[in-house]
Amino acid sequence: MYTNGLLDRLKRKANQIRQESIRMTHTAGSGHPGGSLSEADILSALYFHVMKIDPSNPGWPSRDRFILSKGHACPGLYAALALRGYFPVEELATFRQINSRLQGHPDMIKTPGVEMTAGPLGNGLAAGAGMAQGALITGWDFRTYVLIGDGDMQEGCTWEAAMLAGHKKLANLICIYDYNRSQVDGPISEIVDTAPVAEKWRAFNWAVREIDGHAMAEIVEAFAWAQRNTDQPSLILAHTIKGKGVSFMENQVAWHGTAPNAEQAEQALAELAQESLA
Amino acid sequence: MMDMPKKMLRAAFGETLVELGEEMPEIVVLDADISSSLKTGGFAKRFPERHINVGAAEQNLIMNAAGLATTGLIPLACTYATFSSMRACEQVRSFICYPNLNVKIISTHGGIEVGWDGPTHQAIEDVAIMRAFPNMTVIVPADAISTAALIRQAVRHSGPVYFRMGRNPAPIIYDPSQPFELGKAVTVRAGADVTLVAMGIMVSIGLEAADRLAAEGITAAVLDMHTVKPLDGDTLLAAARRTRAVVTLEDHNIIGGLGSAVAEYLAEHEPTPVIRIGVRDTFAESGDPVELFRKYRMDADYVVKAARNALAMRDRLEKIP
Repeated sequence: MYTNGLLDRLKRKANQIRQESIRMTHTAGSGHPGGSLSEADILSALYFHVMKIDPSNPGWPSRDRFILSKGHACPGLYAALALRGYFPVEELATFRQINSRLQGHPDMIKTPGVEMTAGPLGNGLAAGAGMAQGALITGWDFRTYVLIGDGDMQEGCTWEAAMLAGHKKLANLICIYDYNRSQVDGPISEIVDTAPVAEKWRAFNWAVREIDGHAMAEIVEAFAWAQRNTDQPSLILAHTIKGKGVSFMENQVAWHGTAPNAEQAEQALAELAQESLA
Repeated sequence: MMDMPKKMLRAAFGETLVELGEEMPEIVVLDADISSSLKTGGFAKRFPERHINVGAAEQNLIMNAAGLATTGLIPLACTYATFSSMRACEQVRSFICYPNLNVKIISTHGGIEVGWDGPTHQAIEDVAIMRAFPNMTVIVPADAISTAALIRQAVRHSGPVYFRMGRNPAPIIYDPSQPFELGKAVTVRAGADVTLVAMGIMVSIGLEAADRLAAEGITAAVLDMHTVKPLDGDTLLAAARRTRAVVTLEDHNIIGGLGSAVAEYLAEHEPTPVIRIGVRDTFAESGDPVELFRKYRMDADYVVKAARNALAMRDRLEKIP
């Protein structure tokens, strides 16, 4: 259904997002690489295929919106925005430093392409519900995509928004759950498990599709499915691996909010470069 | 004061809202189940496509407003002051004030004037909280006339606004022709001996106290500081320089609200004796508001005493025999 050319291109972009995320967190000496690597394939599909956007006209009223509710994983988002042309890739080196447009958590005023300030978990979906209703009131034709993580699933406001969106049948609202099953203090199975996930969202009147969040064909197909839904909001339950693509980071909770040192960054970038050649 | 005509501020808000809905197609009203309290029913009936009821979910209320504002709409998020300022505190701070979004937070049930519902529903901290947020404008109208005038300015002001009203009918102190300007205090009464700086329902209590003081030969200036932030320092300074004694009046904790704002300003610009009247860092209780104001030392009798004390403090400091 999708050409290998498209999927290969999106995979390459995901790989670049991962490499930039490693460089950014290493250069900054802080930040969140684990979640940036787990979401990279989803961000690649959104920014390089799915979303109707124009980096040269970031204020275009009918553009699709993306909210990174798990705002700590903004290295991935900033990399996607830079690679898509919202600002120079070189600017990624200023991440988390004074006078930078790239704050430690997303700032919608400072950073071109960031649609909603984020970081405190559990709020992105509710902001997205507001945007989705804004589209209906203003008549501008756009969809709102919200990426949530395990922490968002544990916050109450996510469910307030899920209930509202289900009740109002906001079909122009698409939520993706980066289900990497780990949070700051450990695996969610040892903290507070979010399972069963699909059943929860279905009970809130959402359409649900479960995918491998690193299989590009499945990701692209899931967004096409979500866009065809006309009477329900859509939840894409994306099974992912925290730290995906870097052997020593995969499924290691410690890499939630730890920056790689020079040696680790070098090894990570070498592995990712190898993957992109393969 | 007691025999003056009274009206609920929220009723005036609701009526004006329908007019504003007609004039400004970008206005969207959000409720969290208590639209009957917020008096938004008229708007909801007239403009159902621009009214959203999110149910009992105040964080969601604020976040939906944030999202709506990004599409160029002007959302008014309406709920009780305790909920908007405390249950949804971080949402207001990080998602309205930090991105400087054009959301108006409309609150009722500010202060112990709420009465019978008791401390859970009497917001005495909301002005302090909202005042501490960068980018936030804080408005506390005194009567129905000023409510109508100030809400019109609030929706035309670009940026976050916290608009605080009480629950009960309040004396109408203004003529409909009275001009109001955001950020500009109204000198409701001129006076040379002591300045009473008040917000909200306490303006009418200040006027009542000024009447009694006048009978003793003390002329009290009464300022309606309807915009608590940004504070009208010029008007405050002029009055403080003239009278050299200030009493602040607020239906709010004396920590962090109008009294603090006035004391902070005067300490830096014109050190002046200030006595703060308000809830004295305690939770109040259920009861008739008039009885509560007496018990918690916020009634006109107490304002008269405080004014005399402020004058004594001034005379002592300035060694006036």
